[in-house]
Amino acid sequence: MSILIQNGRIIDPVTGLDEKSDILIEGDTIRKVAPNLPVPEQAEIIDAQNCIVTAGLMDMHVHLREPGYEAQEDIESGSLAAAHGGFTAVACMANTNPVVDNAAVVRAILLRAAEAGHCRVYPIGSITKGLEGKELAEIGDMVEAGIKAVSDDGKPVKDSSVMRNGLLYAKALGIPVISHCEDSDLSTGGSMNEGYYSTALGLRGIPAAAEEIMVARDCILAEATGAKLHIAHVSTAGSVRIIREAKARGVCVTCEAAPHHFSLTDENLVGYDTNLKVNPPLRSKSDVEAVIEGLQDGTIDVIASDHAPHTREAKEVEFDYAPFGISGIETELALVVTNLIQPGYLDWMQALKKLSVAPAEILGIPLSGIREGSRADLTVLDPNLERKVDVNLFKSKGKNSPFNGRVLKGWATATIYGGKLTAGKAWNKQHKS
Amino acid sequence: MGKDLLGLEHATAEEIEGILVTAEAMKEVLGRDIKKVPTLRGKSMVCLFYEPSTRTRTSFELAGKYLSMDTVNIAVNTSSVAKGECLIDTGKTIEAMGVDVVVIRHGSAGAPHFLAQNISAAVINAGDGQHEHPTQALLDMFSILEAKGRLDNLEVAVIGDIMYSRVARSNIWGLCKMGATVKVFGPPTLIPPDIEKMGAHVCTTFDEALEGTDVINVLRIQRERQGSALFPSLREYAMLYGVNEKRLQKAKKDVLILHPGPVNRGIEISPEVMESGRAVITEQVTNGVAVRMALLYLLIQGGN
Repeated sequence: MSILIQNGRIIDPVTGLDEKSDILIEGDTIRKVAPNLPVPEQAEIIDAQNCIVTAGLMDMHVHLREPGYEAQEDIESGSLAAAHGGFTAVACMANTNPVVDNAAVVRAILLRAAEAGHCRVYPIGSITKGLEGKELAEIGDMVEAGIKAVSDDGKPVKDSSVMRNGLLYAKALGIPVISHCEDSDLSTGGSMNEGYYSTALGLRGIPAAAEEIMVARDCILAEATGAKLHIAHVSTAGSVRIIREAKARGVCVTCEAAPHHFSLTDENLVGYDTNLKVNPPLRSKSDVEAVIEGLQDGTIDVIASDHAPHTREAKEVEFDYAPFGISGIETELALVVTNLIQPGYLDWMQALKKLSVAPAEILGIPLSGIREGSRADLTVLDPNLERKVDVNLFKSKGKNSPFNGRVLKGWATATIYGGKLTAGKAWNKQHKS
Repeated sequence: MGKDLLGLEHATAEEIEGILVTAEAMKEVLGRDIKKVPTLRGKSMVCLFYEPSTRTRTSFELAGKYLSMDTVNIAVNTSSVAKGECLIDTGKTIEAMGVDVVVIRHGSAGAPHFLAQNISAAVINAGDGQHEHPTQALLDMFSILEAKGRLDNLEVAVIGDIMYSRVARSNIWGLCKMGATVKVFGPPTLIPPDIEKMGAHVCTTFDEALEGTDVINVLRIQRERQGSALFPSLREYAMLYGVNEKRLQKAKKDVLILHPGPVNRGIEISPEVMESGRAVITEQVTNGVAVRMALLYLLIQGGN
């Protein structure tokens, strides 16, 4: 089985390659990278004219909900959604039921992901048992089973001494700690950003300080321990500033931003659409500007979706009662293109780096890029393709997208994972002629 | 008017004026010996209250009855909502019974909007979380109009817990649209961020709130907020933010005092002020019925 990708512009942030070329894939391996390759007899052909071919994209922050919440998503649907979004790898968060706080659950996830076969799934273990913020989970055992990081995402570690121990322990094991930064005393009862719109809409606000206090605390702890800290879903100007300063001092901290945090503001909540309810909340215009600035100057290393699928019935309720989260992996790439690349905030190489090389480096996953002999994990995207978001076409079970109905530009047209086409179409030579 | 009344933020001055003018005619009906008119005979209204209420619910119910509507109250804790029915299904069930108007009070902001998007019956917001309470603001404006003869170029001070008050928000939107100036004053912990952008001026002292003020709207302090680090005690609240005779010496002689009720006597307002003749707290209750009659009439007639 071979696939020939013709006439694409290769932009590979792993090797730095940016040129027009064909790619021949045989089995799970990239066999040739050169222009005008002859078409082998049995090859499937992907016409990548006017398209970009890049190293398979990675999203280091998704919720696949399995085990425990399969009505929202499972590993099969979530990883298929990832493939359709252009991703060949995801890292999934530990807030399942049971929690990913032991090696058995890690192995179960890896097994289910391999069965599904739509993309690589890297489990993230919890920092503490049951996400309770008290005792450390068996992180060492989970590392042996295959976790690439630990995080109590969704439930911040309140106790600073537990957080410090988590950082020290993870450091010895060579993995990063991913922190969901939220001072839960300040955020309690809140369902949107605190500011004019929370006042006008009469919703309880979550102040920027709730995030920033914990970003500052965790940067201080990372500095004190020398551990690798990764801050999840940065949403405020203050957080960007604190991380920028910490990086300048040499603290081992990285961070990510989610597409909704550079695409939407709290003004969008007028009308009480529960699909806009997300944690951290959509912030003010100046916060969005600061996030974009952080992405530009490299303070924000990674773009990750925080894909959080929910059922229709859970979201079709009063705003206060709706759960937080956006089903985001299938609109992520298009939002990056539409809102970051098109306006000129990032160039292709910068943006694609934040969607592959940067998360892989943080999680310690080696990538070999688009070169002969490499594993064939590739994404083909059409930068000019305009399409209206239609949640009913999502592969994810979560239809909770605030972007439904919006026209976005720049979509993945084919995803190849280990030499196998996991999304998009290819043509057989016989059919074509 | 549109299909629903969800708040005053998006109401126009003309709509508000229309309701207030109609309310005057309705108040005349209330003064009659036989208060029932056949205007809305054959129309029905359900009061769907997810939060306790005496005056607002009774006021709506009587307003409907005086206009010959059929009215039903749903007390949520005894209904199928207690069995776990969601708002959307409750709304559709009520609508399927042929109801013309649903009056909803709910603890969650935006719940009336959510209901209105999902049913075709008219929805009236009788208070949603800390968001809006438009009929309260309308009756406040009607009471001011009665006493002062106008709303434009008046200075109105809203005093107390602004943060959690839907009455404050609806008053600010409505009064500003009608040309009044609105000032707010209360404990700094109970002033919501960026309230100035709604059009209100935030006062830093009681004297500032009183100076040049024509109307004081005193808000009810929720007793359960005591002990939540928002203010130290009801005693200190009464000391610093209570409206009493001594404080009112600095106010205009003819200052009008409003209170949406129910009153915590001696805390946000002293009994002496309540009985001083400047307060129109019971008149507000009567006006509430007139304003709600006007609103029901306009919403239903407008729809026909």
